[in-house]
Amino acid sequence: MIPTIPQSRSFRLVYGGYVALFFLYLALPLTVVAVFAFNDSQFPSLPWEGFTWNWFFGEERPQIGVFHERGILRSVGTSAFVALCVAVLSVSVGTTNAFLFNRYEFRGKGFLYVLMLLPLVIPGIVLGISILVFSSTLANGLWDLAQMDVQALRPGLLLVILGQFSFITTIATLVISARLQKFDRTLEEAALNLGADRLTAVRTITLPFLAPAMIGAVVVAFLMSFENFNTTLMLVGSDAPLTIAMFDRLKEGSTPLLNAVSLLLMLGSSLLALLVILFQRRG
Amino acid sequence: MRNQSRITFYLLLTPLVLWLGLLIIIPHIDMLLISLRERISFGVYETSLSQYEKALTEPLYLRTFWRTAVMSVLATVITLLIAFPVAYYIAKMAKGRLQQVLFLLCLIPFYVSELVRTFGWMILLRETGLISSLLQWVGLADQPVELLYTDATMMVGLVYTSMLFMVVPLVTTLESLDDSVIEAGYDLGGSGFSVLREIIIPHAMPGIVSGCIVVFMLSLGNYLTPTMLGGKDSLWFTEMIYNQFIVRSNWELGAAFGFMLLVLSSVIVWGMLRLTGRTLKETMG
Amino acid sequence: MTPDLECVDLVKRFDDTAAVNNVSFSVPPGSFFSILGPSGCGKTTIMRMIAGFLDPTSGDIRIKGGSVLDTPPNKRPVNMVFQHLALFPMMTIAENIGYGLRRRGMAKGEIGRKVDEALDRIGLPGIGARKVDELSGGQKQRVAIARCMVLEPDVLLLDEPLGALDLKLREHMKVELKALQAAFDTTFVYITHDQSEALVMSDQIAVMNAGQFEQVGTGQDLYYRPDTPFVAGFIGESNRWKGRIERAEGGNLQLRTDSGLAIRATGMGLSEGARAEIFVRPESIRLAASADALAEFDNQLTGTVTSLLFNGAASRVLVRDTAGETLEVTLPQSGEFASLKRGDAIHIGWGAGQASCFEAS
Repeated sequence: MIPTIPQSRSFRLVYGGYVALFFLYLALPLTVVAVFAFNDSQFPSLPWEGFTWNWFFGEERPQIGVFHERGILRSVGTSAFVALCVAVLSVSVGTTNAFLFNRYEFRGKGFLYVLMLLPLVIPGIVLGISILVFSSTLANGLWDLAQMDVQALRPGLLLVILGQFSFITTIATLVISARLQKFDRTLEEAALNLGADRLTAVRTITLPFLAPAMIGAVVVAFLMSFENFNTTLMLVGSDAPLTIAMFDRLKEGSTPLLNAVSLLLMLGSSLLALLVILFQRRG
Repeated sequence: MRNQSRITFYLLLTPLVLWLGLLIIIPHIDMLLISLRERISFGVYETSLSQYEKALTEPLYLRTFWRTAVMSVLATVITLLIAFPVAYYIAKMAKGRLQQVLFLLCLIPFYVSELVRTFGWMILLRETGLISSLLQWVGLADQPVELLYTDATMMVGLVYTSMLFMVVPLVTTLESLDDSVIEAGYDLGGSGFSVLREIIIPHAMPGIVSGCIVVFMLSLGNYLTPTMLGGKDSLWFTEMIYNQFIVRSNWELGAAFGFMLLVLSSVIVWGMLRLTGRTLKETMG
Repeated sequence: MTPDLECVDLVKRFDDTAAVNNVSFSVPPGSFFSILGPSGCGKTTIMRMIAGFLDPTSGDIRIKGGSVLDTPPNKRPVNMVFQHLALFPMMTIAENIGYGLRRRGMAKGEIGRKVDEALDRIGLPGIGARKVDELSGGQKQRVAIARCMVLEPDVLLLDEPLGALDLKLREHMKVELKALQAAFDTTFVYITHDQSEALVMSDQIAVMNAGQFEQVGTGQDLYYRPDTPFVAGFIGESNRWKGRIERAEGGNLQLRTDSGLAIRATGMGLSEGARAEIFVRPESIRLAASADALAEFDNQLTGTVTSLLFNGAASRVLVRDTAGETLEVTLPQSGEFASLKRGDAIHIGWGAGQASCFEAS
């Protein structure tokens, strides 16, 4: 069943057809979302009422476009802020983790490594509620102790950031570790030999080598945070990130406005992904 | 360890310990403690197993729990069956450019939020949706057909959502199988079926296991797809957690539910690893 | 007797290039046949066509007299030892060897017996339960052969199986492979780019270049009587000159090289005035302290030693002749020249029969 093994024509046709169907299945929902962003109607469904840009640029009711819809724009801003914080935090910790696991032998290393992987096998909702429960225990404790009401420990952006950070860090650690493992340590030794101290050697030799993986991890972390729903749902306060805002609207009934937002999301994330691919090809 | 190296070690260890301690371990212990208490009156709690008793005796809770487990296993199996031939095609049949393009095409849908993907299926499958219109146009239906809010629809959505996490590990392991090993299988008299069973699938086992674990986890923990695509009867366990926490503010019962979900997923992941004799480190790392 | 394997006018084109261009040969039963050539000459393509992993563009492949073109690879009575062996890593040694037997639906007990027998045969009894990666390189080699031989194929194909081994083991495996072939009494078709492997093991060798066979013959044929300049240059080492033929009488030639040296040589089908290439092996040149000792040789030169390349039995002397060219001459290990050193004057000579001459291309 590889090209060098002769196969009957009909088998090859059926197989090829199956694969084509699979890709149709993959593309169908996204295509439909994209196309109906241009429907000149209140509903993202048939009949097709004609082509319009209103769901992007419309200024008056009933067709207010994405770029004039305050609520959506604000939630995009919130999402971007959260995603940026999560990306920076998780890649920083991911990098230190990678160095720790790559460079040191210590008691309990294997155990810590498995612990580090755990967030991947904990359902997002459970991660969310455990952090919710713990932060409220903390907040209540502080109130009982000192009559202090720490708003940051109540559902809100800080908890959303921490919640997403708690599992995205594992992914960042894995991505960066994979690259660090390929690093030839004699390069660092050569730098030491040529007069650099340890920190300088890491900064001038190892970190540039890790850069592609770190940038890749930043983008992946950003996208994962931007798209996250489950953990965010449990921790969100009054400032809703985009996915939550869209979810609330979707429950009320959808207009092509949501299609327009979705299309912009698709374009945005494809662009980011493309940039990473281009960057890594050059590197 | 020399002094400087020791300091660096602790500097690197600190963020890891803070992260795992404050965001993973202690919160889960706290969740367990909360699930083990019973509210007597305002501000007065007592340690008891009553939450679990409630969860295990109330038929709705128990039924939803098992339904979620069984449906997640089913979604995993279906995803594997659909993904394997595609992954094999990408890894072994397609060559050069085509291979790269197909692989990238597989990834694209997953750069898009799960919400958008679910929304797409809603547009396609609802009563006024595309498929319904298509069926009427072809003449297979004489009035709008509601395809949403059934278990089958939910399954379509679950499988779609986790497809990538099955295809990627499968492609990676299948690619590492040397063509000449497959050729040797044929050369020694093997047929397509026996080569698949004795050579290809055993080789792909690590990919199958890690794909299945991730897909199972994602299905079990999914909230959006069952909520948006599933019907009134297809309640998902995550929805019950959400209801207890956010709608009813009954955190004790919600925490117990959360813990049950955690135990369920751990048991199944552990079982899958045991069955195939692999470790979590090999599979996920 | 019908040959075990016969290829007739075999052609394989990839797009515009012919990887295999009209190759015909036949391999008699029980012999060790090698195809020797540089990488990219098309030898792997021939092998894969015989195994059934490639369809020839035209021509025929016959095994025991019957064409196998329409037989899929899993039904052909040939088995192959792959370049990197392709042992199944997910199975034990016994499962690997029994794989083909299971495909034939043989009973379990019978398979176990045959596998044990094969393990005895390759001198590795009792390792059946081990995993593939617990074996050494040489042991894997033997298991790969046993895995094919239990199926009693008409022809065993071997695709450079020694390439991955280190030098010492490779030397050892050459002898062992030859012995295994004799023990199994099966036709082996062996492809390699390593001439020493081909020369040591083969009954017949085909030298292949650019999609075609240059010459088919025994090792001695190729070494002593090369048909083409490619074979003369590819097998063994040679001192080479280019020159013009001044006199031709039958096979005996008198040439003058471009550097001005007069050389007597032998070669067929060459006429006066033609451009030619001359090949003389380092080991056919005799060293002598005085010109008298070389009286019997057609070609005699004097020169100075410019370098001694010590390499045990394969030691060489570099000699600069009067025309300023450097020749490689084998240094006899009889002790006669033990005191030879750089700068010494030396006489060298060789017979016309040892200088092969071909028309220059």
